[in-house]
Amino acid sequence: MSLLDYFRSSKKTTANTAKERLQIIVAHERRRRNSPDYLPQLERDILEVIRKYVDISPEDIAVSLEQRGDELSVLELNVTFPEDKR
Amino acid sequence: MAKIIVVTSGKGGVGKTTSSAAIGTGLALKGKKTVIIDFDIGLRNLDLIMGCERRVVYDFVNVINGEANLKQTLIKDKRIENLFILPASQTRDKDALTKEGVERVLNELAKDFDFILCDSPAGIEAGAMMALYFADEAVVVTNPEVSSVRDSDRILGMLASKSRRAEQGLDAIKEHLLLTRYNPERVEKGEMLSVEDVKEILSIDLLGVIPESQAVLNASNSGQPVILDKDSDAGQAYLDTVDRLLGEKVPFRFLTVEKKGLLKRIFGG
Repeated sequence: MSLLDYFRSSKKTTANTAKERLQIIVAHERRRRNSPDYLPQLERDILEVIRKYVDISPEDIAVSLEQRGDELSVLELNVTFPEDKR
Repeated sequence: MAKIIVVTSGKGGVGKTTSSAAIGTGLALKGKKTVIIDFDIGLRNLDLIMGCERRVVYDFVNVINGEANLKQTLIKDKRIENLFILPASQTRDKDALTKEGVERVLNELAKDFDFILCDSPAGIEAGAMMALYFADEAVVVTNPEVSSVRDSDRILGMLASKSRRAEQGLDAIKEHLLLTRYNPERVEKGEMLSVEDVKEILSIDLLGVIPESQAVLNASNSGQPVILDKDSDAGQAYLDTVDRLLGEKVPFRFLTVEKKGLLKRIFGG
């Protein structure tokens, strides 16, 4: 590393930004790719049930199925309630 | 039994045809009887890169439709023994390739060849899916650039789910990463994703790294696969790549910037 690089090194490079962005989007797309076909319908059904009680929109709900090892699958449900409905 | 290798990428313009021509030629140089098939129906280009564009009489679709046989259609390379090209058709009919037809042609070629290289078109449409469907191995050509890496990951997903091996529950397609247009100077400056970055994101085995090189354009200008330019960095990098494809352990070259003088090292540049 040169002397000038030493002073420049604290700055985040565009390559680092590219890597971080790619890691996030690739992980997201892989998760969707590997999830079972019924997941979107499951998400819609859960949304309908919650809507009976609280008015939320489709983007407030996230459902994912994660495989942990061979034996265990975890269904993760994430619902964001609007501020005034809590 | 022939090994079927697809050269694919998702994104266009990353070097699929250049790599297919170089790797196919390299395999033939190693004494392996090799055929390179151009799957890019409607946009034939392998013939130009291989320098045999004026010798095309029949094409892949003619063979599938039974209008010509393989012997009439295959173009034998004039420079290298054991090397043949099966050109794409220039038809605009997108459905010209049928799974049954492609399978029949591949089976016939498999009797005679050691390696069948399938040069895939860009995208994830029918042509690209057909090129990868029957593959035993895949060379995923990737540039160190965000859209290329993302598309490569998409193609890796297709290889794992939409191929014959996936559908029939056979061993998965063996995936190799071929990083092309690599510029060590820009990597050192933090302007380009490094080999390690791309490997980490895609998590597949690295087959080769081809440096960004003037030799590649010179080669395509003259219809000579760049691997025949043995003095060039890109040519040598492809020779190493072919050795690795054949199972040899070869150290990676052209990954770092050549050493600079003292002044430059102090002041950068």
